[in-house]
Amino acid sequence: MDQTILLALLQDGLTTGAIYVLLAVGLLIAFSVTRVIFIPQGDLVSFTALTLASVIAHRVPGTIWLLDALCAAALVLSLIRGRWRAVVPYGVAPALLTLATCAAARYGAPTPVSMLLALTIVTALGPLLYRFAYEPLGEASMLALLIVSMALHFVLIGIALYSFGAEGVSTPALTEASFDAGPIAVSGQSLSVGLVCLVMVAALRWFFVRTLYGKALRAAASDRLGARLIGVDHALSGRAAFALASFAAAVSGVLIAPITPLSYDTGFEIGLKGFVAAVIGGLASYPLAAAGALIVGLLESFSGFWASEYRNIIVFSLLIPVLIWLSLARGDTEDRA
Amino acid sequence: MTLLTVENLSAGYGKAEVLHGVSLSVAARQIVAIVGPNGAGKSTLMHAIMGLLPRKGRVGFADEDAGDAGWMVQRGVVLVPETRALFTDMSVEDNLLLGGFSRWRQGARDLRPSMDDVFAVFPRLAERRRQLAGTLSGGERQMLALGRALMGQPKLLLLDEPSLGLAPKIVADIFRVIGAMRDRGIAILLVEQNARAALQIADYGYVLEMGRVALHGPCAVLAEDARVIETYLGRKSAARHVDG
Amino acid sequence: MTGVRTPVFTALALILCAAAPFVLTEYQATLAGFVGIAAIAALGLVLLTGISGQTSFGHATFLGLAAYTTACMSRYGGWPPLAGLPAGLAITGGTAYLLGLITSRISGHYLPLATIAWCASFFYLFGVFPGLGGFNGFGEIPPLFPGITRGTAAALIGLVLIAAWFLCANLLSSRTGRAMRALAQSRIMAESLGIDTAKLARASFVLAALLAGVAGWLFAHVQRYVSPAPFGLSASIEYVFMVVIGGASQLPGAIIGAAVVVLLRDQLTEMLPRLLGSSGNFETVVFSLAVILLLQYAPRGIAPALFRRLNRPTPDGSTRTLPCRRMSTQGTLILDTTAVEKRFGGLIAARAIDLSVHAGEIVALIGPNGAGKSTMFNLISGALTPNTGSIRLLDHPIHGRGARGIARQGLARTFQHVKLLPEASVLDNIALGAHLRGRAGMLRSMLRLDRAEEAALLHTARIQAERVGLGDVLDEPAGSLPLGRQRLVEIARGLCLDPCIFLLDEPAAGLRLQEKQALANLLRTLRDQGMAILLVEHDMDFVMDLADRVTVMDFGEKIADGRPDQVQDDPIVREAYLGGVA
Repeated sequence: MDQTILLALLQDGLTTGAIYVLLAVGLLIAFSVTRVIFIPQGDLVSFTALTLASVIAHRVPGTIWLLDALCAAALVLSLIRGRWRAVVPYGVAPALLTLATCAAARYGAPTPVSMLLALTIVTALGPLLYRFAYEPLGEASMLALLIVSMALHFVLIGIALYSFGAEGVSTPALTEASFDAGPIAVSGQSLSVGLVCLVMVAALRWFFVRTLYGKALRAAASDRLGARLIGVDHALSGRAAFALASFAAAVSGVLIAPITPLSYDTGFEIGLKGFVAAVIGGLASYPLAAAGALIVGLLESFSGFWASEYRNIIVFSLLIPVLIWLSLARGDTEDRA
Repeated sequence: MTLLTVENLSAGYGKAEVLHGVSLSVAARQIVAIVGPNGAGKSTLMHAIMGLLPRKGRVGFADEDAGDAGWMVQRGVVLVPETRALFTDMSVEDNLLLGGFSRWRQGARDLRPSMDDVFAVFPRLAERRRQLAGTLSGGERQMLALGRALMGQPKLLLLDEPSLGLAPKIVADIFRVIGAMRDRGIAILLVEQNARAALQIADYGYVLEMGRVALHGPCAVLAEDARVIETYLGRKSAARHVDG
Repeated sequence: MTGVRTPVFTALALILCAAAPFVLTEYQATLAGFVGIAAIAALGLVLLTGISGQTSFGHATFLGLAAYTTACMSRYGGWPPLAGLPAGLAITGGTAYLLGLITSRISGHYLPLATIAWCASFFYLFGVFPGLGGFNGFGEIPPLFPGITRGTAAALIGLVLIAAWFLCANLLSSRTGRAMRALAQSRIMAESLGIDTAKLARASFVLAALLAGVAGWLFAHVQRYVSPAPFGLSASIEYVFMVVIGGASQLPGAIIGAAVVVLLRDQLTEMLPRLLGSSGNFETVVFSLAVILLLQYAPRGIAPALFRRLNRPTPDGSTRTLPCRRMSTQGTLILDTTAVEKRFGGLIAARAIDLSVHAGEIVALIGPNGAGKSTMFNLISGALTPNTGSIRLLDHPIHGRGARGIARQGLARTFQHVKLLPEASVLDNIALGAHLRGRAGMLRSMLRLDRAEEAALLHTARIQAERVGLGDVLDEPAGSLPLGRQRLVEIARGLCLDPCIFLLDEPAAGLRLQEKQALANLLRTLRDQGMAILLVEHDMDFVMDLADRVTVMDFGEKIADGRPDQVQDDPIVREAYLGGVA
């Protein structure tokens, strides 16, 4: 293999790897706080791309109606309990967002604005999904939560198919630029993907290390009882974690759609790769998960070149030795089978 | 002024009812000790008062009916559980800052000065401020747990077995700090297996046995009562079989 | 299922099968066939998930392995379809065994993730492997018999289902079935009764895969087309959904779940697009929502509402008993620990502990919080291994042998938080203790060749139940008893082990006064019959009244050992309990 191809594959692998980093980090945040393996995160990636493409094509995206429905349900529940202040987040905010989205779809809007709308809608979906799908399960086992994740995945796919049809979409790249670096053309999109991911990871790190809210979220992941005793509400921390996870998914969607067309069901596969990366990180370590994500990206890229059909088999089979290693390293503390 | 009243509290886990109708009260500037052997239900009592368990009976704080843990924390009731519940993967500083989280949510912005106060009380913590909580020794962890509690500027402090697993000298230090807290105006409800130490420092005591209050009274009186040791080591049974 | 109901249901089922070819339309017969195939696969998943407590999100893979095997053999190799069954089962079973071995090291949390991994891998493998027709698959697979009608196929599937049902039902009401349910409830408890949980987990896994294999073989020759899609992650999740909807803990749940999903999906595929005005896989959305709601509000599924746990009032015709050990004479040294030490990092939890218990003696181990009593208990029962020192049972060293080996030597134990099978009958729970005294494995149980041994086991269980005073509640679900009686169930279960020493972990915790008195009387009776008893307890009144000897620990060391009244008067003990002066 000559150098050009090698570098091209590297660029490819690192770009997708960067996106997997985002997804893995999002999954980890959600898992560490709530014990939920948020499989549907991949579907949210699709949702974002589909929403964005829809707005750009002057159609009101179905996702905004989903958001409105969930907000309405949340509003009703809050009002029943006498919490009138819920009108702002669950009534006023979605109404404004709906107006903005319809306006953007109808009259057109600059691409960055449409991107912002798509990001906002999907990020807001996360905590609502947590609230309605997972919170009622209380202290259920990780397994029950996993089954709910699977079920939620099917629900989201169904909604995506109904709202957006089966067609794949591509969205505008952040930049069409491309420049030469030695033997290959480095695409601006790849660079911007890398840049965005770096910025996001840095921002998340800043949030968790330097702000009190971020520390409170870490506390919720660290010791549930302790968190409760300092006033960190379990429901609140769960929803916050899911907001972060869906934000990661949303950004990934915006970044990946220009490179690979996304349709209602392809996001899932992408999400699964992020999941593999998170497992490589032991579902606990962010640096390891990031490394795992890059490995998965590179593995995909290189095996796509050599044995493209076996690409997915390789990636998924990788999970098993990782899980074995994890179990041996952690020791078996589980009593139920 | 009575801060905490507990009337006829019963609580348990699943099929096992551990507490049967416990009543007690704590006033401001008072240390009330609950002693008793293992399995008496002391920790259950603390958790039930704090609203971490479903309970029957009435718990009142500052003339209101107490709600769940979130309600209690908001009004300045802090529990230091038997397990300490520290955030072991976070630094000493972060643990302390988080102790002030509830106050910060309610608008307080004086967390740093509060932390300096805590460091003044526990200089050992100041030396280790950047260390991870999981790397501290047993005594230091207890100090951190207490320090975190103090960051919440509590009106009522619930301490579950503060001397657990600590060497006698450290126990003495800890109890001295607890006494100082009382002098600052905090009401303290203290659960201890180490009856002697607890009764020495407290003003009023309750002896819990098998989920019921067996004895109670001013500590000076209680400490001399021979029946206390019976609750720990059992009543002397009637003449048993001859040795052999 | 016994009693009058079984023959009735069986007859009904057989009649249905016989009538199928004549009564059902083509369409209905096809649907019925799919329900049957799905039910057979779901049976395997119920065994795996509901009963032995493991989960697989890769169940469809095993259908696929068998389906592709028989499809290739019959379509390309010209073999008769019937030959594809043993071949398919061999491949499926072999793969399941290998996967089970590989993943046996993966702990409970991560295991479902491993099943997702291989399900996805195999899905792509099916689509990519040369000669299998890619992701479109291939067809023209010969039917079960030439010229077979849909109705006859449905009848045949029904017969296979009935046979599979019987095998599973037999398995459940056997020694192995009890052990499987113990595996789901608590590994520690199962191991303490001598059950090899790892081996059993692997065996259940392979059995579930074989059932899926049978379903896959039927699928290939009824559908007559194979492609990766019906054997991928989505299909596997659908089987999990069937089990969740129908109810994971009982066999009927498999059939109910399969029927609900297949039939409802068929209806919805027609209705929903008309309602919603466009096409799409909405039926899956409906099922998924149903699953979410079920998990939130009715996690046990539909079956429990329809079928109370079938407690069989089996008549006790057998008087055959199992051979038991001869109890040692009073005063023989049963348990002996010498200089046992256990360190956790820098902390010495137990230091130089010498402990002994004799036949016909009740020894209590007491001490303040953190004294090391639990550590000693775990060292003796095999949950921990000492760093130095030895623990001997009837002069055999047991330190480091593990809970299973120690149970074999004759040590029974109870748990601080009662570990029973709450939905199984009291008799079943007690019979679990006799696991080591039986030998029938999975195969014998399924073929009902274990009846004599099973009768003896149950008879033994009855005797122990009478011994502790539970003779009147044998058929009640164990979870419905008050705590005191649940403790008695644990004790009776331990007695079925035919132990020479009984370890009790806080047996009086949470009991009412009368229950404590009953317990104390029972323990005295056992002692008088020659049992050695070691108990860890906090209720001092209970202990001081009951124990012959009391050993006191503090800070990991033994500080006193003697008669209760001696210990009560010992100033060192008082100091330890009341605490030093601060």
